[in-house]
Amino acid sequence: MAAPRRYYKPSGVSRVARARARYSIRLWSVRNARVLERFYGTFADLFLKLHPLWQAIGYARVERPVLVVEKATKGFLFDCRMCGKCVLSATGMSCPMNCPKSLRNGPCGGVRANGNCEVEPDMPCVWVQAWEGSQRMKSGDTIMGVQKPLDQSLVGSSSWLRVTAEAAAARAAAAKEPEQ
Amino acid sequence: MSALQADLDDGSVRPPGHTSYGRLERILRRGEFAVTAELNPPDSADPQDVYERAAIFDGWVDGINATDGSGANCHMSSVGICALLTRMGYAPVMQMSCRDRNRIAMQGDVLGAAAMGVANILCLTGDGVQAGDQPNAKPVFDLDSLSLLETIRIMRDEQRFLSGRKISSPPYVFLGAASNPFSPPYEFRPFRLAKKIAAGAQFVQTQYCYDVPLLDKFMRQVRDDGLDQACFILVGVGPLASAKAARWIRTHVPGIHIPDEVIARIEGAENQRQEGKKICIEIIQQVREMAGIAGVHVMAYRQEELVAEIVYESGVLRDRKPWQREPKSDDAVVAERLEEILAEDEAVIPQEILNEEVSP
Repeated sequence: MAAPRRYYKPSGVSRVARARARYSIRLWSVRNARVLERFYGTFADLFLKLHPLWQAIGYARVERPVLVVEKATKGFLFDCRMCGKCVLSATGMSCPMNCPKSLRNGPCGGVRANGNCEVEPDMPCVWVQAWEGSQRMKSGDTIMGVQKPLDQSLVGSSSWLRVTAEAAAARAAAAKEPEQ
Repeated sequence: MSALQADLDDGSVRPPGHTSYGRLERILRRGEFAVTAELNPPDSADPQDVYERAAIFDGWVDGINATDGSGANCHMSSVGICALLTRMGYAPVMQMSCRDRNRIAMQGDVLGAAAMGVANILCLTGDGVQAGDQPNAKPVFDLDSLSLLETIRIMRDEQRFLSGRKISSPPYVFLGAASNPFSPPYEFRPFRLAKKIAAGAQFVQTQYCYDVPLLDKFMRQVRDDGLDQACFILVGVGPLASAKAARWIRTHVPGIHIPDEVIARIEGAENQRQEGKKICIEIIQQVREMAGIAGVHVMAYRQEELVAEIVYESGVLRDRKPWQREPKSDDAVVAERLEEILAEDEAVIPQEILNEEVSP
């Protein structure tokens, strides 16, 4: 017979641990969605400007170090789960992968009257937060867009580099077009 | 009955502008006030259980919802129930929840269900596994309700899977979604409905409504955005068995909002069950008068026998009589012969006939 559950309590999943954490940094990010949005805008531009550098080193080779930074930053600010397809700008800076149902298109019907999660009663619903965050953002309307299902093969990869590479490719395509 | 009407009723003709062969879509598009009900799925492998549970609704509803492990409890699968119901000519609404299957399984089930004659599919996120009797299960949630809607719409309209691979004969289904106007963030709920319509929802069934003013507020926003013109909205209703049951539901079932006044009213009544039914009928009548509502979805969990009474007493159908299963003429001959055989004094056992013929 397996040992009873009380013999081993995983850290961070107990009621007490959850109450103590209170998701304070995650909630701070949502409260400051506007600032983070502006910051991310400049940051993405900078990353795009560095595109020749990334290309010179090689996107594949640069991925490892970038991943470390990306994981630490986004993990700290948003409790990021490294899904590989970041939609924070369309979800009011509230990471939808923290939803126990990993919903990427809005709240389920189970949100409690106090705005907390159905599955984890102590956690504020990720999507209630997302709605509030998007109200504070300049381009908050992007929350209305329908998100495609997550590509599971991208989980764990760098979203920053992917977005940069795609933007660079789009820019190159746009520059090419008038010539034709 | 004209030949065309007969063809429409057995679902072999798809009228112009319709996406499915089903009866439910035709009734809604005709502008009738539709009534759907929910079948309590059996914990058995006996088809008779399903038929008996469906027979209660005979002649009172336009569609029967087959739930997909509702409340994260395991029951007979919705595909199985729907396959049985379509054999009998019923118009089932197959619920699909994203909790238990990934995109490969779900796209396959859509094709299978459509092949079995299922004309309506309701796409749900699904309750979390913690709500059910097997909380140690793995929650899948590969797709969410919106991406499931979009996936099935692509399969139907563009005749391809999510991967882009071609489908030779698409699933002609009428696509539904759920909506819960009674759960926060309230201001976002109409937008969420708009997103679902954009993803492919053609009809919507809401969560239990016990708070008509809150629904009215939601509907005002919905009408302002013109969403009631873009999809058919069926409001979920149901009788509460007692004040105790209502309190239990309120605290234990996620997403159901029951105002204190409703519970107080049931508590104060002499016959609580009767009062619960009365409140349900009153809500149906109020909802019937609300602009932009296309029907009601009656969920009388474990009180299914009340559905017919509720529909009749509320008078929502006016003079309309929903489809009812009628025995075919050859069924009557078989039944008559069976009666004769059973009534015969000397029962003839087939093996004996065989023996008589072999040994003279």
